Amino acid sequence: MLDFLGYGFMQNALMAGILASIVCGVVGTLVVVRRIVSLSGSVSHSAFGGIGMGYFFGINPLIGALFFSMASAIGIGAVAKYAREREDTVIGIFWAGGMAVGVLFIGLTPGYAPDLFGYLFGSIISVPTSDLILILLLDLIVVGIVALLYKELVAVAFDEEYATVSGLPVKLLYYLTLILVAITIVAMIRIVGLILAIALLTMPAAMAGKLTHDVHKMMVLAVLISAFLIIAGLWVSFVINLESGATIVLLAVAAYAALAASFRIGNRRKATTS
Amino acid sequence: MPEALIDLKDVTVTFDGQTVLDKVNFKVYEKDYVGIIGPNGSGKTTLLKVILGLIVPDSGKVSIMGSPPSVGRKYVGYVPQYLEFDKTFPINVREFALMGRLSSSSLVRRFDEEDRRKADEALGRVGLLDLKEKQLGVLSGGERQRAYIARALAGQPKILLLDEPTANIDVKMEKGFYELLAELRKEVAIVLVSHDVGIITVNVDKIACVNRQLFMHHPSEINEETLEETYKCPVEMIAHGVPHRVLKDHEHGGES
Repeated sequence: MLDFLGYGFMQNALMAGILASIVCGVVGTLVVVRRIVSLSGSVSHSAFGGIGMGYFFGINPLIGALFFSMASAIGIGAVAKYAREREDTVIGIFWAGGMAVGVLFIGLTPGYAPDLFGYLFGSIISVPTSDLILILLLDLIVVGIVALLYKELVAVAFDEEYATVSGLPVKLLYYLTLILVAITIVAMIRIVGLILAIALLTMPAAMAGKLTHDVHKMMVLAVLISAFLIIAGLWVSFVINLESGATIVLLAVAAYAALAASFRIGNRRKATTS
Repeated sequence: MPEALIDLKDVTVTFDGQTVLDKVNFKVYEKDYVGIIGPNGSGKTTLLKVILGLIVPDSGKVSIMGSPPSVGRKYVGYVPQYLEFDKTFPINVREFALMGRLSSSSLVRRFDEEDRRKADEALGRVGLLDLKEKQLGVLSGGERQRAYIARALAGQPKILLLDEPTANIDVKMEKGFYELLAELRKEVAIVLVSHDVGIITVNVDKIACVNRQLFMHHPSEINEETLEETYKCPVEMIAHGVPHRVLKDHEHGGES
């Protein structure tokens, strides 16, 4: 069963999966409790604009995605919240707009765009060591920020008006949350791709939320669940030769469905016995 | 003359050309227990938001403990009108009360033992200490009301500001609620916003009638004329389509 660890690329893949789980559990928890899943989906898809620009200007597409998704995260936040446009409209606009930018730049780039499919749907079994270092760096930044500003981020997520009255820089913290989402998306691109990133940003945290009622524990649990899903999905995809990113996501869907169903059944039992 | 805790001087607020507050003067002193009454749409909530610095007036001066609202509001414990929150948000009663410590804490600093002690103390005051490990989402309406007051008290405010507090609890709990306020007023000044004229006049010792303008009264002065002045006069507001309840009409109808 563990023979798949013998391959060098698998070791890198596992490492990438574990490192990405850290950001995805921590930030995913903020995304889920703040109910900004679709907003995060929009940030994630718009990152494709950065991938395209990365190809065109000849820089690492992940770096392009990092800056582009941070810019669109701030853009969505600013337009939706402070220019008082309807939030879900803005989400749709940035979602498609960002992807269109990517398509345009890839079209303008002479020659063939290698790895394009990998950026969209993940390429965990071909993660170069340089990307491992990038993901590790993103981990350190995200965990550092959340550890420092934990009480503020939770307060703003729970009750913005009260956070304002308490003198917190609410706008700044809101944008910071969105920037954390953008960073997390980039860390996830190698694992499941930007189209599927939202799956790992939400499902592990949502499952954790069913098991605990404490934001801090939810973060830790979400990291563990996410790491488990990635490793399990990787193994399944290796054994029966499936696309790894999609396998991980579908495994997460199955796990979420099973957990949700067991809670429903549990509640019904409780209701009938009492 | 003692220093006012809250001091509004000639505060005017307009929204889209409509004057919501017109040259309002309002002072709250230590040990005050003030009720603010007025019909719906009269500017009560706007007045509170001006005090909290959430709305900046077009003209006039606001100071809390001698500072502008953005600084002075840390002395104010605020209990909002709508006790709405995401019921699924993972937070227990104690963590909720701890949020009242945010204004006394600073960025990056973590809540410490003292913060936790103050939060527990506040929960004790409102009788929720036994429920501190409970999820906020499962509390009953009355318990939630108390939890919000505990959050406000945890910051050790000089002034407690409550917006329509009885809107969220049933009549049975109202008595206990006012008893709690009567207890709390020994330590903090209380400003209570309500459209429930009857209940407010028997509990507070100063009344501010708001209807774009603000007039201070002693509760004993609250009679037909003063109510008429507040509730009945804004014929032009009705003409502009601003919906509000005219309490006076009920009295004429002889319903009560």
